[in-house]
Amino acid sequence: MKARRVKAIAKKELIQVWRDPRSLMIALLMPLMQMALLGYGVNLDIKHIPVCAFDREASQQSQALLKRFQASNYFRVVEAVGSYQVLKDALDYGRCKLGVVIPPDFSERLVDLEAAPVQVVLDATDDNTASIGLGYAQEVVSGYSGDIQLVSWQRQGTLAQNPPAVVQSRVWFNEDLNSRNFVIPGVVAMVLALVGAQLTSLTISREWERGTMEVLISTPVTRMEVMTGKILPYFAIGLVDATLCLTIAVYWFEVPFRGALATLFLTTSLFLIVVLGVGYLISVAIHSQVGASQIALVVTLMPTMLLSGFAFPIDQMPWPIQAVTYLVHSRYYVTILKAVFLKGSGLVALATPISLLALYAAAIAFLAARAFRKTLD
Amino acid sequence: MWGRIVTLLIKEFIQLRRDSSARFRLIVPPLIQVIVFGYAATFEVFSVSMATLDLDRSQESRELISRFTYSGRFHIVDVAQTEREVDAAIERSDAAVAIVVDAGFAQSLRNGQSAPVQVIVDGTNSNTALIALGYVGEVAATFSQDYATDLAQRLHGAAARAVEVTLEQRPWYNPNLDSRWFFVPGVIATLILVMVVNLTSFAVVREREVGTLEQIMVTPIRPLEFILGKTIPFFLVGLALMALIATVGTLWFRIPFVGNPLVLLLGTSLYLLSILGLGLLISTVCSTQQQAFATNFFVMNPMMVLSGFSFPIASMPDVLQWLTYLDPARYYLVIIRGTFLKGVGMAALWPQMVALAVLGVALLTTSILRFRKSLD
Repeated sequence: MKARRVKAIAKKELIQVWRDPRSLMIALLMPLMQMALLGYGVNLDIKHIPVCAFDREASQQSQALLKRFQASNYFRVVEAVGSYQVLKDALDYGRCKLGVVIPPDFSERLVDLEAAPVQVVLDATDDNTASIGLGYAQEVVSGYSGDIQLVSWQRQGTLAQNPPAVVQSRVWFNEDLNSRNFVIPGVVAMVLALVGAQLTSLTISREWERGTMEVLISTPVTRMEVMTGKILPYFAIGLVDATLCLTIAVYWFEVPFRGALATLFLTTSLFLIVVLGVGYLISVAIHSQVGASQIALVVTLMPTMLLSGFAFPIDQMPWPIQAVTYLVHSRYYVTILKAVFLKGSGLVALATPISLLALYAAAIAFLAARAFRKTLD
Repeated sequence: MWGRIVTLLIKEFIQLRRDSSARFRLIVPPLIQVIVFGYAATFEVFSVSMATLDLDRSQESRELISRFTYSGRFHIVDVAQTEREVDAAIERSDAAVAIVVDAGFAQSLRNGQSAPVQVIVDGTNSNTALIALGYVGEVAATFSQDYATDLAQRLHGAAARAVEVTLEQRPWYNPNLDSRWFFVPGVIATLILVMVVNLTSFAVVREREVGTLEQIMVTPIRPLEFILGKTIPFFLVGLALMALIATVGTLWFRIPFVGNPLVLLLGTSLYLLSILGLGLLISTVCSTQQQAFATNFFVMNPMMVLSGFSFPIASMPDVLQWLTYLDPARYYLVIIRGTFLKGVGMAALWPQMVALAVLGVALLTTSILRFRKSLD
């Protein structure tokens, strides 16, 4: 491998990118657009769930309970309904997501020291919002229940028993449970996977389509030199994009960054080798630019979105799907990024995902080095 | 006029029938998508990995921990002996939640004081953490309630009863809170978007690039007839995609369809107006397939994120929420989920239908006007 030839190819490639508005757009505009779109659009925090209250008793107690729903940050009482039919309509038409039904004998049961059931009706079409809403409702109701009980025992003359076991939760790594902190590192991985594969998917197919392949083949370059020369400029662009995305993540979206820059740089380089290599392999195999970029999109977008752990937790998937996720390159990088950002994990803690990513990079580099053939058919 | 359209339709179908890779691309990717979404896309938390540390070693602490073990929500991955082990289990992500019962737990309970239970949660995945915290709270609350009742009865005999407000849950439309019911019907909207926009814009741009568009223009066909001939096949493709996914969804994934199929059909047709209009519009601004591909991506990607397909619109910042009103997929998803799960009809869905019709007519008219100009 001669440095001079690699340099020549790399230089030519850079000039070509610079003169091709489409490549420039992918390299510079796409990361910004994706970061903004996914950074703001992917949000799982659920607050102010619209609630309909159906108070069938209208007593002091029932109103007190409803006030607690109103006071909670998670709920917003939007409507007081007078019948089940109205409640059903409100849910059907999507005016509220949750209905609180207080039975007509609510306070009576409380006086008689019976269990007083409160019904919560949820619109569960979006099951995630529903389960989180249910958790919040549970919290409101048990808080109310505990207080009522305390009063009742004091009245009965029992020693004032505080609510016995109290959960003191400490949340680590993402203290405010802000979904943005969890989503944004994954978005960075997604952007790099998308942009990287798109960029290199055009390199060889462009030679075919423009008819410059014959020229390239007639030169004394070896396939190693072609690969290195073709990938190096994009590696540089990829690092610029990575810096851009990570800067946006830290300074714009204010995701806490607790790890070491060196870890981030090392793993980002490995990941870039993988994504650029994948794009290059596609480019060698498919002779048209449109076909190559389409395949690059299909191969990167859906797996990274669904199977990388970017938003959907891998450990909750059925095992055959979990097995498939090991083939998804971004799975490793997403794990690493989240750990480096939020946990501040170092090389030792991340030994497994890093070595698997390195293995992946080595395999892709090996395939890419052998992929290019100096023949015309 | 209809004779010429039919001729063009026949030409399109012959082209499709002879192109085996196109047939493959029409059927296989949708099936893969619906299956991957059906199995992989879930925010549900079935089982939380948990580490426990019992520093009290009393009957009460063992009782509390066994309640976690047998709740069915947690699986114990580590029974730690020291605080450090617990911290390490969380650091390494072996456990998502750790329960630490400090020494003196039973003593406080017996004295009628509050006894704290420490819970450490890995908040990296905020959504899972939130749901796990809900489960922990539920187990701890029942333990407390039972303990209090028990204590009161021991002190005052059976007469002393506990008063309690309980929560009865009634999740409607999706009683088991199954993510699949949310995602699989939604795939119809995103698939129609991706496939039909791509097919329409490429079909026209390809003719332009290859040069066959000029050949068609010298035939007596009129622009409107050409547009109809190009869009009707993709309209039918869109309906077929809807039927395919609805079939896989109801038969394979056992997702209920409680509404009126005709309402869904009407909604799909209106949605397809917008989608075909969009595809045509893209084809008028692009002269090569490459441009069309890039434009498609830049248009469709935001449409998917903003549609509410997987991430709730209500949680987005205001500016993005306003933008969602321009997204036909937003309305169509309400119609899909309304007919599949809620079983609501036109009475509830007419605003969505009107919005789709308005968007569809606007997009189609603009694209047809632009298209005729680009042909002249």
